[in-house]
Amino acid sequence: MKHLLSIAELGRDGLEELLDLTDSMIEVAERRIPKVPALRGKTVVSLFYEDSTRTRLSFETAAKRLSADTMNFSVSTSSVKKGESLRDTVLTIEAMGVDAIVVRHPSAGVPWQIASWVDASVINAGDGWHEHPTQALLDSYTIRERLGSLTDRHIAIVGDIKHSRVARSDVFAFTALGAHVTLVAPPTLLPPSLEGWPVAVSHDLDSVLKTVDVVYLLRMQKERQSEALLPSLREYTAQYGLTRERARLLGEDTLVMHPGPMNRGVEIAAEVADLPRAVITRQVANGVAVRSAVLFKLLSEPDGGSDA
Amino acid sequence: MAAAMPELVIRGGTVIDESGSRRADVAVDGGVVIAVGDGLDGRTVLDATGCVVSAGFVDLHTHLRQPGREEAETVETGSRAAALGGFTAVVAMPNTEPAIDSAGVVREVLDWAAKALCDVRPAGAITKGRAGTELAPMAEMAELGVRLFTDDGSGVQDSRLMRRALEYASALGVTLAQHCEDEGLASGGHMHEGEWSSRLGVPGIPAEAEELMVARDIALCRLTGAPVHFLHLSTARSVEMIRAAKAEGLPVTAEAAPHHFTLTHAAVERYDTVFKVNPPLRTDGDVAAVRTGLADGTIDAIATDHAPHAQEVKEAAFDEAPPGMLGLETALPLALRLGLPIERVLALLSWNPARIAGLTAEHGGPIAEGRPANVTVLDLGHAWTVEPERLASRSRNTPYAGWALTGRARHTVLRGEPVVVEFEPTR
Amino acid sequence: MAERERRITPPYGGVFVARKRVMDAEAVRRAVTRIAHEVIERNAGLTDVVIIGLQTGGVPLARSLAETLERIEGNGVEVPCGSLDVAFYRDDIGLRPVMPEAVTSIAVDLTGKVVVLVDDVLFTGRTIRAALDALTDYGRPKAVQLAVMIDRGHRELPIRPDYVGKNLPTRRDEAVDVHSDGVDLGDMINDRKPRP
Repeated sequence: MKHLLSIAELGRDGLEELLDLTDSMIEVAERRIPKVPALRGKTVVSLFYEDSTRTRLSFETAAKRLSADTMNFSVSTSSVKKGESLRDTVLTIEAMGVDAIVVRHPSAGVPWQIASWVDASVINAGDGWHEHPTQALLDSYTIRERLGSLTDRHIAIVGDIKHSRVARSDVFAFTALGAHVTLVAPPTLLPPSLEGWPVAVSHDLDSVLKTVDVVYLLRMQKERQSEALLPSLREYTAQYGLTRERARLLGEDTLVMHPGPMNRGVEIAAEVADLPRAVITRQVANGVAVRSAVLFKLLSEPDGGSDA
Repeated sequence: MAAAMPELVIRGGTVIDESGSRRADVAVDGGVVIAVGDGLDGRTVLDATGCVVSAGFVDLHTHLRQPGREEAETVETGSRAAALGGFTAVVAMPNTEPAIDSAGVVREVLDWAAKALCDVRPAGAITKGRAGTELAPMAEMAELGVRLFTDDGSGVQDSRLMRRALEYASALGVTLAQHCEDEGLASGGHMHEGEWSSRLGVPGIPAEAEELMVARDIALCRLTGAPVHFLHLSTARSVEMIRAAKAEGLPVTAEAAPHHFTLTHAAVERYDTVFKVNPPLRTDGDVAAVRTGLADGTIDAIATDHAPHAQEVKEAAFDEAPPGMLGLETALPLALRLGLPIERVLALLSWNPARIAGLTAEHGGPIAEGRPANVTVLDLGHAWTVEPERLASRSRNTPYAGWALTGRARHTVLRGEPVVVEFEPTR
Repeated sequence: MAERERRITPPYGGVFVARKRVMDAEAVRRAVTRIAHEVIERNAGLTDVVIIGLQTGGVPLARSLAETLERIEGNGVEVPCGSLDVAFYRDDIGLRPVMPEAVTSIAVDLTGKVVVLVDDVLFTGRTIRAALDALTDYGRPKAVQLAVMIDRGHRELPIRPDYVGKNLPTRRDEAVDVHSDGVDLGDMINDRKPRP
């Protein structure tokens, strides 16, 4: 496996292999000195065209746990417009000698384009609305850790599905691992076509909450209000937010998850975010282990391994 | 020989024009066809054995990028690509920098056109700077011979302004052409909105963004009585609306680009920006409807929408890359894949667009004594593979790289001068 | 003789085909008992002794050794036993596909302990080198001793075992397989893929 570009391309076997490998990475994380020499001498570069301190640090920590060297290349959009083409930027980075490029970009498809231009391994850390594979991996791992397995579990993904790369990757991952997924969102926040998506759809959060093992909340961005996708955030919270009242409808063992950062009071009530069933901080911890697993899998294989 | 031999003879081909098809040689002298018959001779002989001799093609829709984006294409390099594709005339779109929205810029383009390998006729913008707010000086441009006006690259959003433009144009005897795209619905989109855009996570442009403006301009045509030409139709409903408008007797014409009858939105799967174009590649159903429209006369012409872009600008994220594909050198073989009778194909590429562009005096045939010698010799069976680096355009953004195609212009003659001989340009 | 699949663990990969049984189950059991006595003698008892088996071949042997030690010493003494996967410490990462076979499980702080590393076959010594590296991440042992069922020679590093079940001279291209019924000498057939 040379790249991790999408969950869709990874398949069930690839997913399970990475989740199993994550078990070993969790063990490393729990040691006194959470570090192994596995990727000593390898260099991992973060190429982030979108601000995201959290994900970038997560990858950096993941790389350092394996003794890899890291480099950061945060590109603010204004400097990109100054003229260096995406391809030139990426080839310049590669010339410095890197083994893996972790890329986040506001446009879908950039990781594929980069993978066609470089020899290094490419990891998609989020491309526009399209996919965020390591998020889906850490979400799947967290569910597996808490509920044992995803087979036949019922999972609701709530919120702005249309613009969410997290939702897309999660749908692929959860269904590949045997779960049943229901999308809950107002019509304006669903993708134009759900053809071929193995999901159910509902606009009634209350009825769905009673039936699920996991409620996965997506972040509701204020900008959606200005794009006429929502009349107001208040109305969104009233219809689709996980309020204190709604949280009481949940089954005893139902998990509440969120990719972070949370808008407390919008998609999730402040008190609900602090309940024991809300495993958001566990997701973050698992994120580093999952990313270590991905880096190890991609960089420990001999060059000339088959392309993903 | 005592009498002067004609400069040029095209020998051994089958001449096909609007009047019919016949085996004949064509003799050319002084820029004009002087004889069509058997056993003709000339100082230069262009062998047309096994080939079709046709009036040169006319492209209603080419982006030559000059002035402003010469790194992508110039009038000269674009005209060379045109000649290699069998075109003896192209209409140059006005979305240059500056736009062709005044007599001054028209004159500049005509200057460059004088040395080109095909006849280059600038189209003028409908509005100043193509900004969509004030009418451009169409009369002064028409005086220099401009016959088609469009804001192509954008559609005219303001309905009242478009009505005024049509009324004004009707007095000048020129035709307005529309790039149908409602910006409210299209904005933020980069590919067709549908199954594939949802899967790929790319913001989409719904078919309705085109259809809204097609419907509006058909209504404005009815209201003003002025002719409207519809550029690059791409959806099934657009074709259907044009069909109904023609049945009603309205003076509308329409064109379609080869990519809209050859490729679908599935081509975007790996996010290769070579497949990014506006209007975007659509569904199988839309492609089928465009093909039917070309066959049954609803769509009058094939126009390439040849849109060169330098490699660096295309090597950007999908959302950021400019839309557009090359088209001049691949139009003929793709048109042949429609499976239509050759006469219909030539109508779509030659005499129909010549009429729409107002160029029938010089282009589109018939191939007869006294007519200007703007002719192309087509080897319909010639097999070739598309190699981007070997195309004449300055740019490389063809979506057909590596395709094995059949059909190519073997020779092209412009005003009696051979500009393409044996598949190669003469200058 | 039966074919036995080996997961891709260095330096082998492919399918193991046995040619000759060099130790039967009884001989292995006797060797474990002898090694247990040697461990107790060498360390003057079992105080601070921790048994760590290397994944995967050393793990069943480690358990067996720990149980035998407890049985011999008696008095309800408990010998801590753990397992170690050295995938992250190998020196051939990037040269061949290498994945951990199981999660490392070492429940005690190894500082001040006498660690007895247990593996099934000692060959080039690289796995043991990796294991020594790994152990230092769990504390600072007082001593590390090495117990192996088979020493087949061909060392590439200065590593030597403290306790050996049997010395077995082999050709470099041969293979040795330690399993529940004994120990076999045979060959790795690399171009045959293990059955899924």
